[in-house]
Amino acid sequence: MSRQILSVSPHIRSARTTRSIMLDVIIAMLPALAASAILFGMRAVYLTVISSGVCVLLEFLWEKLLKKPVTVQDLSAVVTGMLVAFNVPVSMPIWMLVVGDIAAIILVKQLFGGLGCNFVNPALVGRLVMMFSFATAMTTFTGSSGIVDAAVSATPLADPASYGWDSFFTLFLGAHGGAIGETCALAIILGGVYLCVRKVIKPIIPLCFIGSCLLFTFLFGGAHPVLQVFEGGLLCGAFFMATDYVTSPITDWGKVIFGVFIGFVTAVIRVFGNYPEGVTFAILFGNVLVPYINELTMTKPLGAIIPEKKKKEAAS
Amino acid sequence: MNEKLKIFTNGIFRENPVLILLLGCCSVLAVSVTVSGALGMGAALTFVLVCSNVVISLLRKIIPDKVRIPCYIVVIATFVTVVQRVVEAFLPELHKALGVFLALIVVNCIVLGRAEMFASRRSVPDSLLDGLGMGIGYTMVIVGIAVIRELVGNGTLFDIRIIPEGFQIGIISQTPGGFLMFGFAIALLVWCLGKKGKKFDPRIGCDGACGSCAMGCANRVYDLPAGPDAEKKEVQS
Repeated sequence: MSRQILSVSPHIRSARTTRSIMLDVIIAMLPALAASAILFGMRAVYLTVISSGVCVLLEFLWEKLLKKPVTVQDLSAVVTGMLVAFNVPVSMPIWMLVVGDIAAIILVKQLFGGLGCNFVNPALVGRLVMMFSFATAMTTFTGSSGIVDAAVSATPLADPASYGWDSFFTLFLGAHGGAIGETCALAIILGGVYLCVRKVIKPIIPLCFIGSCLLFTFLFGGAHPVLQVFEGGLLCGAFFMATDYVTSPITDWGKVIFGVFIGFVTAVIRVFGNYPEGVTFAILFGNVLVPYINELTMTKPLGAIIPEKKKKEAAS
Repeated sequence: MNEKLKIFTNGIFRENPVLILLLGCCSVLAVSVTVSGALGMGAALTFVLVCSNVVISLLRKIIPDKVRIPCYIVVIATFVTVVQRVVEAFLPELHKALGVFLALIVVNCIVLGRAEMFASRRSVPDSLLDGLGMGIGYTMVIVGIAVIRELVGNGTLFDIRIIPEGFQIGIISQTPGGFLMFGFAIALLVWCLGKKGKKFDPRIGCDGACGSCAMGCANRVYDLPAGPDAEKKEVQS
């Protein structure tokens, strides 16, 4: 299990393991973490470390309790924990963060069979549970001791029209309200490029996601569609969450469909929806469609003969 | 006597209407937000279920087969109307809390399901015990789920605050929490029932009457391997 990466055949052996991939993902998230420490103060780092620790502990305890092989050394729980923390504001009480971790690790990951069996992204369900349970805490973006301070009250997405091109650098560098890991576009793009260079992810999903979100926000008449790319959780979601192996399509065309679809849903929610941000819902919606996308875009083996019966079914 | 006891307990555990037969789920999901509402709903459903089971069992030889469903509905609707009027008159608070779900007992799958599966072919005492067991099974589940949902999601029990304000996990009392708790309850019951030796087989309580059943469940008799049901298999084919 640990040495296999699910992909389209033919398969090739390599030295990559789940652990080395997860380590790369952690490295890719470090710039965003550093940026959040500067922007929001050291509490952002504490929260991230605590969240990772709680996730690892939960996974360890669950597997011990059910007498399963312990898989915490593959570091996937660390990544999930970091992503959960990246999705909360810096002022989030710790016990609420732990509720999010429980939702992510126990509810989504372990109850469905552990790594590779979760049907949606664990960290995003963690975010969703916290969002529905602690709406006030999840949308109070007051900094503690960083650049972004108590003056900031809402994410730019709450009123995208008020952020014009003159605030481009504010948005790009992340000096505005938002969750810990999602505000600094520069750091996230750095991490994303690292993941692509290390060939941990293919850039297809992030590019299609961001591109289609941009296009549809423009088509639907959203305010400043280009700037909206740097607002909210779009970049963080596109690079770190939509590309999760388990919950994204395995074929390249599947990835294109997936990326365009979640970009479309994000734009719909951003422009027409009640919630300011739609990345979470969009990715989760895309996640549950992944098996169908995979089936739709499955490559045919060269020279394969389609059985008569199937042809007839397809014709009728 | 043992037979009668089994009919009664069947509805509570082995054939729990909500968790094993998976009937009447919508009212369980909707009304299990507060414990008092859940208790009222459980009592109302149990009353309707017992009364309709008895009456339908009494009339089982008179009701023509072709129009049996409308006949059942008329009987059930009668008792639901009685309950609704009584609750509206004496417990206006509960009537407000249950809202449309009280009237919807008419089309509650448990009541109609037991009429079709049990009362229409068994004696009156059996049907009474079955209705009572099923009603208690339903009430236990809905109240159990409501206790957790109200306590964790809202911090209260019977509207008395137990967990201090600000420490409740709201999602549990919202719709997703209902589905979550429902799933956990099913898992818990199946796990408890399966402890003795082997895993519990949730064979549904329909007496294997697949000929008159349109439910298309996984346990249709003619799909089963040869065994105790082999005889029925031949009859079907």
